[in-house]
Amino acid sequence: MQVKIALFGITKEIIGASKLNYQLSEKADVNQLLSSLKADYPALQKLTSLMIAVNDDYATPEQTLSAHDEIALIPPVCGG
Amino acid sequence: MLESEELKRYNRHLLLPEIGFAGQEKLKAAKVLVIGAGGLGCPVLQYLAAAGVGTIGIVDDDVVDFSNLQRQILFATVDVGRKKAEVSAEKLKALNSFVTVQVYPERLNSENAAELFRPYDLIVDGSDNFPTRYLVNDTCVALNKPLVFGSVFKFDGQVAVFNYQNGPTYRCLYPTPPTADESPNCSDIGVLGVLPGLIGLYMANEVMKLVCGIGTPLSGKLLLLDALENRTSIFTVRRSAAADQPAPETIAPENCQAPKPIIAQVSLMELTDWLEQEEDQLYLVDVREPQEFAAYNLGGVNIPFADLPNKLTQLPQDKTVVFCCATGQRSLAAATLVQDAGFTGEVYNLRGGVLGS
Repeated sequence: MQVKIALFGITKEIIGASKLNYQLSEKADVNQLLSSLKADYPALQKLTSLMIAVNDDYATPEQTLSAHDEIALIPPVCGG
Repeated sequence: MLESEELKRYNRHLLLPEIGFAGQEKLKAAKVLVIGAGGLGCPVLQYLAAAGVGTIGIVDDDVVDFSNLQRQILFATVDVGRKKAEVSAEKLKALNSFVTVQVYPERLNSENAAELFRPYDLIVDGSDNFPTRYLVNDTCVALNKPLVFGSVFKFDGQVAVFNYQNGPTYRCLYPTPPTADESPNCSDIGVLGVLPGLIGLYMANEVMKLVCGIGTPLSGKLLLLDALENRTSIFTVRRSAAADQPAPETIAPENCQAPKPIIAQVSLMELTDWLEQEEDQLYLVDVREPQEFAAYNLGGVNIPFADLPNKLTQLPQDKTVVFCCATGQRSLAAATLVQDAGFTGEVYNLRGGVLGS
């Protein structure tokens, strides 16, 4: 299935785009999405802290994803 | 009670039924503490003082630098070298003498945080580093103070209200403090000058709403702004078990960073000698952005920090690899990353950056 991923902060730099269409196996959960992204973009592995939202809601690692879900990768930023 | 001059000054607020006399009195009675008088702190402070927030505290131990003037709009060229908290207080008093400004020209730390926060109703976080942000959050949780949060990165900004009426805290979004090299700060990666202005005014707006009790605060929400695309997104966040853990007293700033491997350092003077005498033994890697490299460089190859993980195999094992950048921070992160990745050759960091500051 395909999901849409919006990228913010350093994840935009790492992936090199602000949006991404991404292919995932059916019924993958947030954890599997993250592992798959980390394998495709190894620089994501250094992020120990990353918020993931699904359809504008904070998502837990176990949350199951569906086709056409809109996902956002939101790393913490500290600039002031 | 509002004085007659204040009635004139706040006329446009008094005309709004949502604010009116009652709201303006609430603003006058409010005590707001702003952490950091930088890119975010400047617009927050300026608008809160203009709006008549009665007591404003400013915590900042830094001095004004030329590189601040691009976005920190309370400061003028003549203020360079002076304490930001003190300059800000002068500007705010000149703007509105009805406002009491308390100045704390000190570094926020786990020893002074609770004492500084206690007299205030509401805390505004415009700091510029993760250890301070976690300390501010945890102190607000411990003292049950609402927190207006804002943060910027290049062209992206975040705004939220935390710990408001048992709502989520910063730790509900990010339970674990990130390591220092996960997200570069403005001094390393740059920031659009107007961005902290935009985000700072969202923050000031949240303060106004919380104090006057109007509208819907950004509690349980995280607002993201992408200034390049005019994209605004609001995400829903719930209070989690992370909100109350760990206890604030365990969060010393030094605990917020993972232990770092030791990286050998070289000074600009030593590096200049090396480049003259044994250039063929050296592999100099400048990890700044291409436009920074084009403007001035010491030679070597340009591999921007973000590209480095994909170019590790390019580094020669039989030469001394020296990383450099503008300040020595990004290059230290680069050297650490390379060592952590198992690179076995000799690695140095240029301390203080290519300009030797």
